[in-house]
Amino acid sequence: MPEAVAAHAEAHGHHAHAHHPALQHHFETLEQQKEASVLGMWIFIIQEVMFFGGLLMAYFLYRVWYHEAWVEGSNELDIVLGGINTVVLIGSSLTMALAVRSAQVGSKKGTVNWLIVTMVLGLVFLVIKFFEYKHKYDLNHIPGANFVFEGPHAGQVQIFISLYFGLTGLHALHMVIGFVLLSVIAWMAHKDRFSPEWYTPVEMSGLYWHFVDIVWIFLFPLLYLVDRTHRLG
Amino acid sequence: MSHIAPVKSYVIVFGTLMVLTSVTVAAAFTNLGTLNFPVALAIAITKATVVILFFMHVKYSSKLTKFVVASCLFFLACLFGLTFTDYMSRGWFTSPRGTTMAGTQVTVGPAAPAAPAAEGAAAPAPEP
Repeated sequence: MPEAVAAHAEAHGHHAHAHHPALQHHFETLEQQKEASVLGMWIFIIQEVMFFGGLLMAYFLYRVWYHEAWVEGSNELDIVLGGINTVVLIGSSLTMALAVRSAQVGSKKGTVNWLIVTMVLGLVFLVIKFFEYKHKYDLNHIPGANFVFEGPHAGQVQIFISLYFGLTGLHALHMVIGFVLLSVIAWMAHKDRFSPEWYTPVEMSGLYWHFVDIVWIFLFPLLYLVDRTHRLG
Repeated sequence: MSHIAPVKSYVIVFGTLMVLTSVTVAAAFTNLGTLNFPVALAIAITKATVVILFFMHVKYSSKLTKFVVASCLFFLACLFGLTFTDYMSRGWFTSPRGTTMAGTQVTVGPAAPAAPAAEGAAAPAPEP
């Protein structure tokens, strides 16, 4: 976009050199600016990992203490719905990666369309999650005063289900935030705000979306799968 | 500027993740005893690594970014390692008539009846 560069240089007047309009003044080059963004985003993601890590720590320790209850609790979860959601979410990571790729090669249409597909898949995930929660509600499996569970370890199963709601609930909250984020990015892409030289917001939202996918990659086996066969010993 | 991977490579990554998902589901329905948990965790870590390297472009990132990403493992090791060394080692060293075991596990539900006080132990607190 040579015209934009020239116009920007003119607007500044005092600048001796022309530069890309997206380049902020405290960076030398666009590449350096992008490197800083990527690094900052990763530090944010590591903070998020530690945030989920605390809950996973609780999960691991209680699993050591109350293994029988963990077996009973995880057998209550619907492996089919969990499995479908895994495929949907990994699929949305693929479409997100393709959206970033479209931004890299400068395809505005591709970026917007892949972002929309990603958002639709995210929505499918949340709808399936809603029906899973609804089922738990109907069975009175919501932790609290009205919690009902038939079994010798009901109190401990309640801890498992509390962690299930805590982990998947926070994950779903991240999905909702990601959905809002992607709608803003899709709008910006539609408004021609990105170019192959500068598409950092698309890439950063991609990192966030893939991180949320990784959280689910751990939640699915830990909550739904690991104790499937241990019921009979 | 940055590395642009062909569409085909992203599809291959997706396929790999799907295969690993099938493997982890199949492993869950096979009784491996105590191995079910480490196997499921190993597959999840493999999947996460694939996502980080290819979808998140870390394979083509700078050394500094790679270092920061890897540092996450260190922080997680601190979180899990230090917490587990505390909880798992409680009760290893019990003094004579000591009760260090008491902190090992929280009991949910009615408490077990207290054991009768051993001879020579401190007098029990008077009932209110």
